[in-house]
Amino acid sequence: MSNNRKILEVKNLVVSFKTFSGKVQAARGVNFYLNEGETLAIVGESGSGKTVASLMLLRLIQSSQMKVENGEILFYGRDLLTLSEKEMQNIRGKDIAMIFQDPMVSLNPTMRIGNQIMEGLIKHKKLSTDEAKRKVIELLILVGIPNPEERFKQYPFEFSGGMRQRAMIAMAIAMEPKLLIADEPTTALDVITQAQILEIIKNLQRTLKTSVIFITHNLGVVANVADRVAVMYAGQVIEVGTLDEIFYNPQHPYTWGLLASMPDMQIGKNQKLVAIPGSPPDLTNPPKGDAFAVRSKYAMKIDYETPPPIFQVSDTHFVSSWLLHPNAPAVNPPEIIKQRYKNFNSL
Amino acid sequence: MILENNLLEVRNLKLYFNEGKSDEVKAVDDISFSIPIGKTLGLVGESGCGKSTTGRALLRLYDGVKGDIIYKGENILNKDSKSILAMRSKMQMIFQDPYASLNPRMNVADVVAEGIDIHNIAKNEKERIEKVYQALEKVGLNTEHASRFPHEFSGGQRQRIGIARALAVNPEFIVADEPISALDVSIQAQIINLLKSLQEEYKLTYLFIAHDLSMVRYISDRIGVMYFGKIVEIGNSNSICSNPMHPYTKALLSAIPIANPILERQRKRIHYDPSMHNYSSDNPKLREVSEDHFVYCSNAEFGQLKQTL
Repeated sequence: MSNNRKILEVKNLVVSFKTFSGKVQAARGVNFYLNEGETLAIVGESGSGKTVASLMLLRLIQSSQMKVENGEILFYGRDLLTLSEKEMQNIRGKDIAMIFQDPMVSLNPTMRIGNQIMEGLIKHKKLSTDEAKRKVIELLILVGIPNPEERFKQYPFEFSGGMRQRAMIAMAIAMEPKLLIADEPTTALDVITQAQILEIIKNLQRTLKTSVIFITHNLGVVANVADRVAVMYAGQVIEVGTLDEIFYNPQHPYTWGLLASMPDMQIGKNQKLVAIPGSPPDLTNPPKGDAFAVRSKYAMKIDYETPPPIFQVSDTHFVSSWLLHPNAPAVNPPEIIKQRYKNFNSL
Repeated sequence: MILENNLLEVRNLKLYFNEGKSDEVKAVDDISFSIPIGKTLGLVGESGCGKSTTGRALLRLYDGVKGDIIYKGENILNKDSKSILAMRSKMQMIFQDPYASLNPRMNVADVVAEGIDIHNIAKNEKERIEKVYQALEKVGLNTEHASRFPHEFSGGQRQRIGIARALAVNPEFIVADEPISALDVSIQAQIINLLKSLQEEYKLTYLFIAHDLSMVRYISDRIGVMYFGKIVEIGNSNSICSNPMHPYTKALLSAIPIANPILERQRKRIHYDPSMHNYSSDNPKLREVSEDHFVYCSNAEFGQLKQTL
């Protein structure tokens, strides 16, 4: 499992994009860190900035419309934002690798699977074609692809969704990266295939001791894979803590909403799901105060005026909400959250 | 179940692609079920199991469908294309992908009014736009949205537009094909709650197709589990979820991640191996193991299941 050596620290990252409708502030001061060997899950809905934050770690957004306005990304102490493109190429794929959401569009359809996986091995590890091929076959076995010799020669269209995602994982771990970023790797898959892919990622992490950033909006998946969880909303991390802290002692009303809107297998048809009303804010014109205020029935006057600072709940648990201010009135969280608190006390 | 209350009855539905050739696919392989008026049947299974094909076959979107599809006492498989058109205003569909299923060049009013136009439901332009406004209001959008275009909406709002389009022709039966899979969790709950309240208000009957049993059970009265073109288990949704009997259903349930780390740590995944069954001789079919709980099993398996009750 993890020790407490930080390998990655993202500090106050601010990223914006120029669009026709104005400047979109995709990341509005993102802060998180990653310890060696652990899995950090980043959760949040579409447009919360989770993918932008992770693509920045690889500097994969190379658009003239994108601007890093502030912040640092320290990877083993080096600020990735200051590296040259050439230096970045030595890190990309080798030290930091990524598994993308859609295995359909992220593989090259005109290239044999084996050759695609080999690319990195030949470029970074300077292996000969024969050595690389042998290594690829090993990798295909490792990720559970049967008949690897046969599969090596096939094209992506001959692979099912789950098999393609396995091939993507094989490609990502080929270089034994120190950090693996998995961006919604199972969202496009059905539940049975999803369970298999999660199992593969967890096993690989155990054997290779890789640190993982797992981006998802499915809290069930988070409960399955994560050591720590960062909850993002409107371009910021609004709550971060250990797995148990986020699931059994959540403090931010948005986290409450997410947990309450997840189906619980114990409940039947007559129970109404608790949905979070409204939709996420428009980040071309982000709200002045707490971005979640308009959707939260717990919002106070100050929430509409001043963004909340970060309050510390424990050594590992941080929350950005005025509700934690000593002068804030006591609020009554949803019933379903209070039940979770009971679990936390008995842990 | 009382037959008269069924809006839809499907008997021995079969749809084979490339029939008789070496690459024959039995997409839907002899399935039967019924849905009472105002109720929801959830159809679950992994990709490729035939659940979407079943939904589309019911709306006669395929040729070569065999079996009986009895809608309000009439077999719609025998009908000619003219009477099918009339029937389609009563049977509507909500699609999975709210991005691909709305024409980007049409404004919301025209998208929603398409069915109204095809079926000549509105007498004049004023009535047409009124019906559009009504449909938009039913799904929680407002009238000013009517002149906008699909790209101006979020995924959840687009799915509401898709639902408004289905509702605009006053349907009785709606096939919802994975209507929430492409949405965020908090928005999924909104859409499920919306579909439920619309059902109560307008007595709608749903076939709800999805791969995630956890959401399906919130909306379904009965659930059918499909595997390789066959229904392997069907029955009352509480009974299916709390007491799954077919090994495939057990595997499917065990694969759903639960947002509860304590449970998640204790859980064991069950793997399903179809070669465990011996179906060569022993007359496999759907058998009622307990009240309104049917399992596809051989005679011998049936005996074993009965004993475990």
